[in-house]
Amino acid sequence: MPKYTLTINQKKQTVDVDTGTPLLWVLRDSLNLTGTKYGCGEGICGSCVVHIDGKAERSCILNVEDVAEHSITTIEGLAENPDHPIFETWIELEVMQCGYCQPGQIMTLAALLEQIPKPSRKEIDDAMNEVLCRCGTYQRIRKAVDKLVGEGK
Amino acid sequence: MKTSKIKRREFIKVVGLSGGGLFLASYVPLQDVLAKSGDDPKIFAPSVYLKIDSNGIVTIIVHRSELGQGVKTALPMLVAEELEVDWDKIEIEQADADRKYGSQTTGGSTSIRRSWEPLRIAGATARVMLITAAADKWNVAIENCEAEKGFVINKLNSEKISYGDLVEEASKLPVPEGIKLKDPKDFKIIGKRVHRVDTPDKIYGRAKFGIDVVIPGMYYAAVSRCPSFGGSVKNYDEAKAITLPGLLNVFQISNGVAVVADSTWHAFNGRDALNIQWDLGPNAKINSGDIHNELVKKSKTEGYEFESRGDVSKDIEGEKILEAIYEVPFITHAPMEPMNCVAKYENGKAELWVPTQNPQNDRSEVAKVLGISEDNVTVHVTLMGGGFGRRLISDFAVEAAEISKAIEKPVKLTWTREEDMKFGWYRPPSMHVLNGSIDSEGKAQKFSHHVIAPSIIQMRFSPDLSPDNYDIKEGTVGLEYKIPNMRIAGTTIKTHVPISWLRSVYNTQNPFAIESFIDEMASAAFMDPIEFRLNMLPDDSRLKNVLNVAAEKSGWGVGKILPKGKGRGVALFKGYDSYSAQIHEVTVTGNKVKVDRVVAVIDCGIVVNPDLVEAQMEGAVAFGLSAALKGEITIENGGVKERNFDDYEILTYNEMPEIEIHYIKNTFPVGGVGEVGVGACAPALCNAVFAATGQRIRKLPIKLS
Repeated sequence: MPKYTLTINQKKQTVDVDTGTPLLWVLRDSLNLTGTKYGCGEGICGSCVVHIDGKAERSCILNVEDVAEHSITTIEGLAENPDHPIFETWIELEVMQCGYCQPGQIMTLAALLEQIPKPSRKEIDDAMNEVLCRCGTYQRIRKAVDKLVGEGK
Repeated sequence: MKTSKIKRREFIKVVGLSGGGLFLASYVPLQDVLAKSGDDPKIFAPSVYLKIDSNGIVTIIVHRSELGQGVKTALPMLVAEELEVDWDKIEIEQADADRKYGSQTTGGSTSIRRSWEPLRIAGATARVMLITAAADKWNVAIENCEAEKGFVINKLNSEKISYGDLVEEASKLPVPEGIKLKDPKDFKIIGKRVHRVDTPDKIYGRAKFGIDVVIPGMYYAAVSRCPSFGGSVKNYDEAKAITLPGLLNVFQISNGVAVVADSTWHAFNGRDALNIQWDLGPNAKINSGDIHNELVKKSKTEGYEFESRGDVSKDIEGEKILEAIYEVPFITHAPMEPMNCVAKYENGKAELWVPTQNPQNDRSEVAKVLGISEDNVTVHVTLMGGGFGRRLISDFAVEAAEISKAIEKPVKLTWTREEDMKFGWYRPPSMHVLNGSIDSEGKAQKFSHHVIAPSIIQMRFSPDLSPDNYDIKEGTVGLEYKIPNMRIAGTTIKTHVPISWLRSVYNTQNPFAIESFIDEMASAAFMDPIEFRLNMLPDDSRLKNVLNVAAEKSGWGVGKILPKGKGRGVALFKGYDSYSAQIHEVTVTGNKVKVDRVVAVIDCGIVVNPDLVEAQMEGAVAFGLSAALKGEITIENGGVKERNFDDYEILTYNEMPEIEIHYIKNTFPVGGVGEVGVGACAPALCNAVFAATGQRIRKLPIKLS
């Protein structure tokens, strides 16, 4: 199997996987970074969102060879700063229920706020509408986003 | 707050799900629950639900499954309330499958209801024993001692001693009985917005859900199953699959053909490369239309009468007659985390890590398929990404156990989303024949309801189920409306499609038909739908109360005339010892329904944690809206047509309405919560669509013309 050196959470990691392996399974099975979740495998649900060079991308439809040259951040990387305002707001507003989709929700929002610190309602809706939650935490996510954006992050 | 590692526990005997379905909570007698462990002098464990060590660490054991509903927080609150401990200093452990806890089946909105007494008694008993131990030590009367935040205080001299220092003495005491529990007015923890204990680990990506479990030496498995329910493997050719990288093994198991590999991705690829000839079985020609036709056929019959009063067949002078037929399709749970299980079979023993709502059933089914005693099966309950009833079924745990036994190696089985959609246990379809009449004064005179649906209990457990015990009557009988002539009946049909319990079960269907038809009656009587309902409800009714509160909070009747295309609808639901009213406001543009606002009121008696109640109601509304607006599983050639979230859509962020939850403060016994918000959701929505458009929605999901 070919070897790929990936930059994940600012660390270089070498993995032995086939060309064409989705980043999701490299993270989960090869590197035991299980915070990135498998939900649909087709880029529909958003549970597997990671940052590629700071942009929110679905790791289930990214092949390992396509991300080798890029900087990858997972939820574990974001959580290296547990005081990140998103985490604090999520805890304060008791956003999550089962929690499975939440890394994807948080990574999607973190990328948005990184790129646009004061996003418009439409920019928020467009970004967050792409991440599914079966527990129905959407209202609390909206409140958390409003709080983060309103308070200038 | 730390969540500590699972401790393996002794097995006694399993209570599985059988005849009574979801409501089979079975209880161990209290004296058994309170039996002392006594073998470690440094641990005081006066019940199976808690232990205190000599360092004063209080560990509370959660015996139900955390699916997002918050039991990992709410159940320990019950113990901690009576134990008098500092909430921030407790540890929480997830229990393995073990009958000593009573039923561990997380379903039927029972976790709090069924634990309300035993868990508080467990806490209170421990507290009394600790106080007794301190009183003995100080040689004072028990009345002179009190417990507070993990200490016993001598009221005579304010001396205090920690629970940890009392562990040894307390362990030697007999377990007292007849302990008096707190008066609700003295609650310090119950009723508070205590934060969920599992949030940080989950949002930081650290929490281990079932799918995240890794054990040493573990392989990865996938299974190919017959696309038509009831079919089987004729033969298979693994020639292509075994040439793929990382593939170890291909073999048949009872449910299909298993592939074992060195990673999940390799297992999926191997499974896709299999060339399998299926015997599609006897159902391969059945489509949704056939099932619909069967419902229609049975709808022409009278049905077995569950309940009646007066005479619905007599003519009443001047009455206006109404008739309507309602129908709902199969739907599926689709929790975000697909089914998975880690299993390790070794030397005649099996150990499993299962994201399950039904650990005791997993244990017995796994033991059965492996041909070993249940004593040799350990089931650890992991965190799970939703459940909604899907994880009450043990199929995925059984598959994983079979695979591990076949290779004598630990294995993680992961289902794909497609498999989750296609091999589910679906909410059955149903048809509802409603008849009613209104007299010349606008009063309801007759109401009859005939529900036709496959019975979960009949299909899965009891083919000879007596009609009196039909589960399809859930939500049809015991209506509070004072209508003089009523008849409630039901007819079951058979289906080859696997069916099971989905969040609120037949309450996803019956209240939809009933509350929509009540709305039709109100409309025929030219009456306001709330006023029409209020007139039929007894004055002391808790249902009437939630309706009044909902009317007030929603501003119903204030600014009565809504702009064109907007409408407001109401519906009521009673079940799980709780009462609820919902009012939905919608905007209809063309054939598109947008839910703008939902006001949901719940009376669930004593509220253990308001935040969790609100979250469950919000979630139930979202779940109900997904079903009403989008949910439909289609049967095609004996199997399921839908395959992923692109053709089985669920509610999205932008579709979520503004939801206001109001709960009633009272001291009625605790009611269920998790499923309560589903029942009124679809009818309130459809009644709002009627108000907006004049189109009556009698079939779900909503498709406007």
